[in-house]
Amino acid sequence: MSFSQSKNIGLKRFAVLTALVTFVLVCMGGLVTSHGAGMAVPDWPNSFGYNMFFFPVSKWIGGIFFEHTHRLAASLVGFLTTIMAFWLFGYKSRVLLRWVACVFMAAGVGLCLVFPAHTAENLLLALMGLAGLAAGFYWPKCEPAPKWLRVLGVAAFCAVVLQGLLGGLRVTQLNATLGIFHATLAQLFFVLVCSIALFQTDFWQRLPIHQELDRHHFRPLFTAVTALILTQLMLGATMRHQHAGLAIPDFPAAYGKLWPAAGPDSITRYNAHRTEVMAYAPITAAQVEMQMVHRVLALLIFAAVAVCAWRTWRRLGSRHWLSRFALVWLGLVLTQVFLGAATIWTGKSADIATAHVACGALCLVTGAVASIVSFRVLGAPAAQVKWAERNEVTSMLDSSSMIAK
Amino acid sequence: MKNITCTLAVSILAALLPGAHAGDVTGKITLKGTPPPEKTIDYDDTCSKLHPAVPTTRHWVVGKDNGLANVFVYISKGLEGKKFTAPTQPVELDQIGCNYNPYVFGVMVGQPVAIKNSDPLMHNIHALPKADGNSEFNFAETSAGQVNDSKWTESIKAPEVMVKMKCDVHQWMFAYAGVQDNPFFAVSDADGNFKIANVPAGTYTLTAYHLKAHGAKPGVTQEITVADSPVTANFTVEVPAPQ
Repeated sequence: MSFSQSKNIGLKRFAVLTALVTFVLVCMGGLVTSHGAGMAVPDWPNSFGYNMFFFPVSKWIGGIFFEHTHRLAASLVGFLTTIMAFWLFGYKSRVLLRWVACVFMAAGVGLCLVFPAHTAENLLLALMGLAGLAAGFYWPKCEPAPKWLRVLGVAAFCAVVLQGLLGGLRVTQLNATLGIFHATLAQLFFVLVCSIALFQTDFWQRLPIHQELDRHHFRPLFTAVTALILTQLMLGATMRHQHAGLAIPDFPAAYGKLWPAAGPDSITRYNAHRTEVMAYAPITAAQVEMQMVHRVLALLIFAAVAVCAWRTWRRLGSRHWLSRFALVWLGLVLTQVFLGAATIWTGKSADIATAHVACGALCLVTGAVASIVSFRVLGAPAAQVKWAERNEVTSMLDSSSMIAK
Repeated sequence: MKNITCTLAVSILAALLPGAHAGDVTGKITLKGTPPPEKTIDYDDTCSKLHPAVPTTRHWVVGKDNGLANVFVYISKGLEGKKFTAPTQPVELDQIGCNYNPYVFGVMVGQPVAIKNSDPLMHNIHALPKADGNSEFNFAETSAGQVNDSKWTESIKAPEVMVKMKCDVHQWMFAYAGVQDNPFFAVSDADGNFKIANVPAGTYTLTAYHLKAHGAKPGVTQEITVADSPVTANFTVEVPAPQ
């Protein structure tokens, strides 16, 4: 029995579910930052000394609610990603699962004896091992996915573990910079999980491979614009994780100008007239400049995606998958620009700012999926093919001349 | 001659003021200009039930005759090389009514700060110092009556104007501490008055710093000479012109 998507409906649905839950998690992460609640639970992996899963609901007040539910959702995504990674290995996972489960059980029981004060946590570990052992006997007997897809599954597992560690270390090490990496990795992880889900779909299977040559350079264009969006999201994450609120409170003008002054006197004036309700840090010149770069980059991205939509429409026709993707992409980027403006107009309302984060993630994923699809349906352009063929001929000639010598 | 008369008049006036002694530096901070209006804080359900009064932000607290509260006044020059023993009496920072009280306070390096929770709910205390030698800290007080008076001295070991503290559970809660390595500082009261007691004789630079008016700038300063009589040092703090 070979690996076939049609016979792995369960895995396909599971991958899509993992991607959806990941999107919810990204939104919840956005809520945490928008509410300035990232440090509301000062310990990790415990919550106020409780095991995270036993922290009483009655104590989920204020910022704790956003931070704690984010942690729980992150645990769920970690769990789903682990299952997905195992599932991609098919029947081969059975043995590995049993071994891992035995290690968990032994560790849980052993730690109970060594650290009796943490019996609840250690019993939980042992129970997880027991569940894993049971799963090891009833695991699907499907064929393993292709190696490249298994590698992606392992990468997703490693990424989710790293992401959890980054989130935890941000709290325990009191390091706001780690929050920026945490936010960026969240976006990349979302792209990875969505890609894995995409490769399971019937849509992916039906896509013609290299149906035509990429004469109009859509592959590098889509990839470059997606990279630009990622840069923009990293800039946005940096702005959000400086916890300074709005560095510029008006839009489309900036402090009433096209480009605001950012000298020391101007910054003092801006800060003096901010009546922030939340515990924001005073703004700095760098933050004002950063928001201006964010605005300019937004304009560039909008123009670039519009070019993608226009060119695919004209060159590939309206029914082509890439044209459809580009149109959806343009709609999302337009929505994102509006949400960015609304974030400023509402004085960084938590819900709007979070919607801005969520839409940013969708823009990135759409760009990434469109880029992947472009590499699937469009072959290398003729010039590249000729160049590769010429190189091949040259190297063949070189080797024959070497042999002659 | 005019200057001498003025100085004499001020000295006599200061000597006549109740509680002013040789070595005392007193004064008033007056605000010039119109500050932006304060905003109402929307408490969450838990805090609203506990504290029905509608609170506002406290960026510009102005009292009688434009006296400006929450200005940190300290000696910024003239005490270099001198060592002072920190008081053992802690400064109290109370979390009450889902807010910090006081909003601005002064503390000496090594002096304990008793961080107290008077609310029947959870708060976390997250200090965000920036000076070298000071460390960020974040801990929770989960019920009413809890007091911690060691965390501050473990973490804050260098002078800094100002150290910010906030609660991440209730995002509107924040307070500031001016930290000095000498005991000669004060925070202006609701009417803008301040008093720094027992300053040793000498010539000093006195600085008045307001978070909103001065931001990243060092504040307003004036030279004072402390001798046998009390010293009066008044400051005017201006609201920076809007852009």
